[in-house]
Amino acid sequence: MYTDKVIDQFQNPRNVGELENADGVGEVGSPACGDIMKMFLQIEDGVIVDVKFKTFGCGAAVATSSIATEMIKGKTLEEAEKLTNSMVIDELGGLPHEKVHCSVLAEQAIKAAIKDYRSKHDTENKNEE
Amino acid sequence: MQRRYFDYAATTPLDSEVLKEMLPHMEENFGNPSSVYSYGREARKVIDDSREKVAKIIGAQSKEIFFTSGGTESDNWAIKGTAFANKDKGNHIITTSVEHHAVLHTCKYLEKQGFEVTYLPVDEYGLIDLDDLRNSIKDTTILITVMFANNEIGTIQPIGEIGKIAKEKKILFHTDAVQALGSIEIDVNTLGVDLMSISGHKIYGPKGIGALYIRKGVKIDNLIHGGAQEKKKRGGTENTPAIVGFAKACELAESNLQEQIKRTIQLRDYMIKGILEGIPEVKLNGHPEKRLPGNVNVSIRYIEGESILLSLDLLGIAASSGSACTSGSLDPSHVLLAIGLSHEIAHGSLRFSIGKYTTKEEVDFVLDKLPGIIQRLRDMSPLYNV
Ligand SMILES: Cc1ncc(COP(=O)(O)O)c(C=O)c1O
Ligand code: FES
Repeated sequence: MYTDKVIDQFQNPRNVGELENADGVGEVGSPACGDIMKMFLQIEDGVIVDVKFKTFGCGAAVATSSIATEMIKGKTLEEAEKLTNSMVIDELGGLPHEKVHCSVLAEQAIKAAIKDYRSKHDTENKNEE
Repeated sequence: MQRRYFDYAATTPLDSEVLKEMLPHMEENFGNPSSVYSYGREARKVIDDSREKVAKIIGAQSKEIFFTSGGTESDNWAIKGTAFANKDKGNHIITTSVEHHAVLHTCKYLEKQGFEVTYLPVDEYGLIDLDDLRNSIKDTTILITVMFANNEIGTIQPIGEIGKIAKEKKILFHTDAVQALGSIEIDVNTLGVDLMSISGHKIYGPKGIGALYIRKGVKIDNLIHGGAQEKKKRGGTENTPAIVGFAKACELAESNLQEQIKRTIQLRDYMIKGILEGIPEVKLNGHPEKRLPGNVNVSIRYIEGESILLSLDLLGIAASSGSACTSGSLDPSHVLLAIGLSHEIAHGSLRFSIGKYTTKEEVDFVLDKLPGIIQRLRDMSPLYNV
């Protein structure tokens, strides 16, 4: 039911782990199945220089989070924000219909991490004023 | 890659002796059992003989056995058939919260038809409380349906005691014995069961064949209307090869049941011990003793079942999980929730079911590979902190 690419990303996930001094952290849970994904971003000059993830979820959840980290690494925040779950699915060569909701987790975790970074960043700016 | 099968509760391979019995009834002995000429008479005789063998394994008389398309149809028939036939007496049905969907969804349907259904809760082991059962009986109760053994966690219900209560209160008692057949001893008379669902493909017989035991004298409406087959109770030309195969499977299961039970329990307990000792933060689901000989069900904290199944599958190991992520519905198994597991723990559940072809070597292979798989997934989990 899974493509070879999904299996590969599941078996050899890229960027698993945490970033101790992450600039942005996003954690989201799937309302559909209750699974959880956490995304850590290190950001320099508006560019994502490092990214790590942790996932409690099915094979598709692991594979989508893994490939999503590859897709946003080295990208600007604006570019990363444009990442959608269908882009992730395309990159994996497709997902079974009942696994589409899992890919939404990756998209949302990234957006949540960027939002977290922005909110901290804005307060920092305010403090400097 | 060498594959190892640990999902005997889902289905079993056809025993080669069963296949051998079936083959002649596909080609040469193809007659319609309802026909009067010799082809038909031969087929009729074969079906009568088969009925006797199936009856024997549950201690019934052969005229109390009615062939169906499997466990699901038997459950549907037993429940809808008795409900509609007895609706002048009452509209209340008692069942449990851990039944197979073939029972649960049938009860849900009947609720829409104006019947009232009580779903008895279970304790942490999956057992119903007999006082609960007694207390939920009303004047309008027409049927008690409680599964013999649970397909997910293997818990065996006190069927004999339930039978006694039902008899005392003069209420019909149906049990779904699909998982129990061929695994443990069954006798409809000592247990006081009025209707029992059984199925072929869980006991090394063919798929798509089963039976409903209906105690002599029990009033039941038809589910499948049609020809005069099965004493006018279940229309449709008999599936002779499947009936023959089911009967042979029953005969084989009965012939060395005690030996099989002993061997399977030994392997099961060896596997449970190996998993619980080899992996931290793992919990056994179901009852330690009142459980099917072949059932191993554990919850593994911090990780999710489908990713474990996928990892096992990549090593050729076939198992099953009650995780939401493996079901179309996205809800964790109703059985695991009913025994009080949280969503998160239910998510990480894993079922290995072992059968007559399982070897110790296969169990050792799983015990060797599982800890590594679990550690790898835990290292990926945001819920796991070392
Ligand atoms: C407890 C129980 N009841 C009913 C069924 C359905 O049986 P069948 O597959 O023969 O329709 C199964 C198996 O799937 C089962 O485990
Ligand atoms: S993340 Fe739960 S089903 Fe995929």
